[in-house]
Amino acid sequence: MKPAPFEWHAPDSVEAALALKAAHGDDARFLAGGQSLVPAMNFRIAQPAVLVDLNRAPGLGTIAQDAEGALRIGAMARNARIERDATARGSHPILAEALHEVAHPQIRNRGTLGGNLAHADPASEMPAVMLALGARFLLRSLRGAREVPAEEFFLGPLATALGPDEMLAEIRLPPLPPRTGTAFLEVARRRGDYAMMGVAAVVTLDADGRCTHARIACCSAGPTPMAAPLAAAALEGSRLEEADIAGAAALVRQEVDPMGSVHASPAYQRHLAGVVAARALRLAKARAA
Amino acid sequence: MSARVAVTVSVNGTTHRREVEPRLLLSDFLRHELGLTGTHVGCEHGVCGACTIRLDGAPVRSCLMFAVQADGHAIATVEGLAPAPGRLSVLQEAFRDAHALQCGYCTPGILMTVSAFLEETPDPTEEEVRHALSGNLCRCTGYQHIVDAVLLAARRLREG
Amino acid sequence: METRHIGRAVTRNEDARLLAGRALFVDDVELPGMLHAAFLRSPHAHAEIRSVDVAAARARPGVVAVVTAEDLGAYWKPGPLLVPPPPIPGVVFRQRCQVPLARGVVRHVGEPVAMVVAESRYIAEDALADIVVDYAPLPAVGDLEAALAPGAPRVHADLPDNIAAEVRQAKGDYAAARARAAHLVRRRFRYDRGASIPMETRGIVAAWDAKADRLTVWDTTQAPVVIRNGLAAMLGLAESQVRVVAPFIGGGFGPKIMMFYPEEMLVPWAALRLGRPVKWIEDRLEHFFATTHERGQIHEAELALDAEGRILGVRDEFLMDTGAYDPYGLTVPLNSQCTLLNCYDIPAYESRFRAVFTNRTLVSPYRGAGRQHGIFVIERLLDAAARELGLDRVEIRRRNLIPPDRFPYRNEIIYQDFAPLTYDSGDYAALLDKALAAIRYERFLSEEQPRARAEGRHLGLGIVCYVEGTGIGPYEGAKVRVQPSGKVTLATGIGTQGQGHFTVLAQVVAEQLGVDVRDVEVTTGDTDQFDWGVGTFASRGAVVAGAATHEAAAAVRAKVLKAAAEHFECAEADLVLADGKVSIAGVPERAITLGELARLANPLRGAVKPGTEPGLEATRYFGPEMGATAAGVHAMVIEVDAETLRPTIHRYVVVHDCGTVLNPLILAGQIQGGVAQGIGNAFFERLVWSEDGQLLNASLADYLLPTSLDVPRMELHHTVTPSPLNPLGTKGAGEAGAIPVGALFAQAIEDALDLPSRGIEIAEIPLSPSRLWEIVHGGG
Repeated sequence: MKPAPFEWHAPDSVEAALALKAAHGDDARFLAGGQSLVPAMNFRIAQPAVLVDLNRAPGLGTIAQDAEGALRIGAMARNARIERDATARGSHPILAEALHEVAHPQIRNRGTLGGNLAHADPASEMPAVMLALGARFLLRSLRGAREVPAEEFFLGPLATALGPDEMLAEIRLPPLPPRTGTAFLEVARRRGDYAMMGVAAVVTLDADGRCTHARIACCSAGPTPMAAPLAAAALEGSRLEEADIAGAAALVRQEVDPMGSVHASPAYQRHLAGVVAARALRLAKARAA
Repeated sequence: MSARVAVTVSVNGTTHRREVEPRLLLSDFLRHELGLTGTHVGCEHGVCGACTIRLDGAPVRSCLMFAVQADGHAIATVEGLAPAPGRLSVLQEAFRDAHALQCGYCTPGILMTVSAFLEETPDPTEEEVRHALSGNLCRCTGYQHIVDAVLLAARRLREG
Repeated sequence: METRHIGRAVTRNEDARLLAGRALFVDDVELPGMLHAAFLRSPHAHAEIRSVDVAAARARPGVVAVVTAEDLGAYWKPGPLLVPPPPIPGVVFRQRCQVPLARGVVRHVGEPVAMVVAESRYIAEDALADIVVDYAPLPAVGDLEAALAPGAPRVHADLPDNIAAEVRQAKGDYAAARARAAHLVRRRFRYDRGASIPMETRGIVAAWDAKADRLTVWDTTQAPVVIRNGLAAMLGLAESQVRVVAPFIGGGFGPKIMMFYPEEMLVPWAALRLGRPVKWIEDRLEHFFATTHERGQIHEAELALDAEGRILGVRDEFLMDTGAYDPYGLTVPLNSQCTLLNCYDIPAYESRFRAVFTNRTLVSPYRGAGRQHGIFVIERLLDAAARELGLDRVEIRRRNLIPPDRFPYRNEIIYQDFAPLTYDSGDYAALLDKALAAIRYERFLSEEQPRARAEGRHLGLGIVCYVEGTGIGPYEGAKVRVQPSGKVTLATGIGTQGQGHFTVLAQVVAEQLGVDVRDVEVTTGDTDQFDWGVGTFASRGAVVAGAATHEAAAAVRAKVLKAAAEHFECAEADLVLADGKVSIAGVPERAITLGELARLANPLRGAVKPGTEPGLEATRYFGPEMGATAAGVHAMVIEVDAETLRPTIHRYVVVHDCGTVLNPLILAGQIQGGVAQGIGNAFFERLVWSEDGQLLNASLADYLLPTSLDVPRMELHHTVTPSPLNPLGTKGAGEAGAIPVGALFAQAIEDALDLPSRGIEIAEIPLSPSRLWEIVHGGG
């Protein structure tokens, strides 16, 4: 399990990295934390001819709130740092909650949020969290920059809207309104494994405890992270009573399209979608109050 | 095949300079270029944790990094844990006293994980210890004695 | 005899090296000019090989050799049969041993087709991609029952079907027992494939020293002496020309004793041919295909009981997946066959098994080695019988336990050592009582479970019994020598993979010679130090090598006392042997160190008396007349999330009897580790195959070893009925922990979810939340 040979570049600026990617296109892969790419290379499932290592390009690791209150996370911010970052924990506590389920500390010490999202594994927790938070991604290339909403970014298993010359440079998370509760829950075989089913839930209540806005997204639930817009819509206007949550959970079960794995049959995954969605919604509601 | 690249790393306080192929895994570099065979390799896909080292203080999988990426960084491996030749650190002693190793193959990675964990969490609960250990697989012990050893080491370190 | 070392919780002699990262494992061996091997392995479960083109691989810079079956010439032949068929009337056994490199046909995914030797492992792997093999895929045999259907594809085309072996054994008259039974319980059980997955994969380094005319092989084997002997024979060398070293080994659990793995035949051969050292380290991906598996069996069993729940007899018929070749013989199914009778007095038994060739990786013993299947079958039958008879599950077991006055108890069925199994000693009711008290059985039933149910929580309890035949022959040996430094060396032929032999065997020596345990230096697994022996397997290391060590140390003790008596001109009875010296009782200032005595016993001038030997050294062998039988009870309280079907273990109790305890700390480690593997086997680990014989979860991300969060804290208790079969009274303990866990999980989960009241029973292992959900919701 040794990687095939490759040409290695470690540019010292984002611009140089973009130039290399533009020059090599699909023959080149960006190397971020390497926690998904390097195993794939060790198995020789991935054999990129060129690696553009982003670890020496400054400016990609910032975590900060912008003037509008949105949280901006540089693509190379390590997951362990995001997990501990006071700003991120304050503005979007679901990040730390979900990151805690991403593999193990040794992996999160190295792995980056940008790398995780660009890898676009539908079993991964963070793409679903991005859908639930309404994230927007800043994609950069020599041609310029564009912002893509999370729901348009994930196109299929390991497939994204990134062009061959583009880099996912920054993740932008809009601020959560007051009385918003979030929760990420999953059922995995073991701590740190990809979930058999995971659900990110975001609910906003008005002063009367009525749900004004909800978002639900699931991982390991289909070819991409799967939003459950019908379930979310059904909750809006409700008081998130048990019957409302049960109704939404039933819709989530219909909205997911699990593919099954060696660990879980699609039927069991679909069942779990309802179970986990209900639990996540209860938790989000409690946190919103 | 791509050209060799110069790497300068500090390992356990000693600076090493080598020229290596970019594809050389850091785990192979430590073991076979530097002869530091205390770091073990169990899966080469980042799951088992046997190859865990500390990179600038943080535990990471050395099988998921290329040696060239370690250029300019400081690495700590199991060989650097003991305070002096022929002596063991408090953590290592606790592992012996609690019989926390059998075949000993996973042990170096566990020691590197735990050494960082105890710096951050000097007074852990058993539950916290079990979480901290969950990224290192051991096939021999059933973990109970490892948990005991970590709790024992924490107590001894706190009591000085 | 007052013991000062045996039975003490001595910390381990070997730990300082391991903890400091200084212990030598096979992959740590670095030699000048060393080459690296990699293997091209079949991507097909079953295929004809039409051609192999290695020209491009040979031309790649850095490649030194590419070897196919054709290149091996006369060296190409199937490996030896490690364990011949047992002397049982009517036994059918078809020997089809693995070959070093496939020729003409591949029979499982991962079977080696070519070997590349290159300047680095990286280059060797590059060259694998250069080799072009033209395969014509053939239909693959996977499912055990389909394999026996008429017209099924055949793994070995020269055989009429896929039956590798068939064995019938019986005791008593089952037909008569059945005829007078008040109740019959008939069930079908399935146990699926798993793997041992030691944290260190296999590996070999071989170096030919042309000047010394000697081959040295570092091998991750559990049986270095047998490998040495076999390699010498295969390579046409004298045994004295081959040194096999099994240094520190990163876990074995059985599969590291399979002989010969193709790589074990080829790497030494390549080192000889190329005149340069060659290293091969199995990577984790290879390990999933190339190292042996275990566990696949399907049982149809029937239990005949009287009206009071006493067992009148058992009938069992099972299929066992042996993989593509069967070099390890019938150890696993024989263990299943014998151990099914467990700790119960069962007067009549009829058992037939058929071992079945499949297009899958070979099967050889893995911790428990078939015993868990037998235990699963009988314990599950008893659970069902208890329900049908309205008996408490503990009561039905108690009524059938072999009483303490029946030992030695004749199980009668031929065991893996080819002798009818006899249980040497035991007190099974005492084990059960201790377990019931520890798990608080009555309180659980009367308070805990009802209270939990009232709260909508699903708590269940499991309690199951097991026996394990351990410490089988034929023999092991030990050489003990007092060094002039006063330190004592011990060498034995077994290999060690973490069992603490460097400490436990040192305790046995220290006990006899009155030295500090730290002053006993133990060597295992180096044929230059000791080259008689069989290996570490079947929970036999501490029992058999331990007894040989005891005998050798006792012989040295006699020499020490004799020499000291001559030195002091006193009677041996007046001497005290302690603290590394011999002194005269009551006159502690008249003392001589063991080191000084060793020097006196090896003079440079003057004569060693005729009929005596120089030095303070003895070599002794021990061969038990039969294996010693350990026993135990496991009990567990589990909570199952009824929505997700995920279990949480709240309490886990082990009560174990392995006779005399040599070192309670190390014993606890063995038991705990065994339970952890049992938990993996019961709930996490399953090799998943596609229809066409592809393994779908060949990574540690998808083959799930339990983590520190999946294995609970265990409460250990012991009872001691010493074995009469060896001087120390020990029984083996290495495998016990793993044996009953499948049966325990099945019972506890049924109980937690109250499945039997819904007509649902658990009849298979391993389980998983997904599989449980299917079972509970009628997915069969």
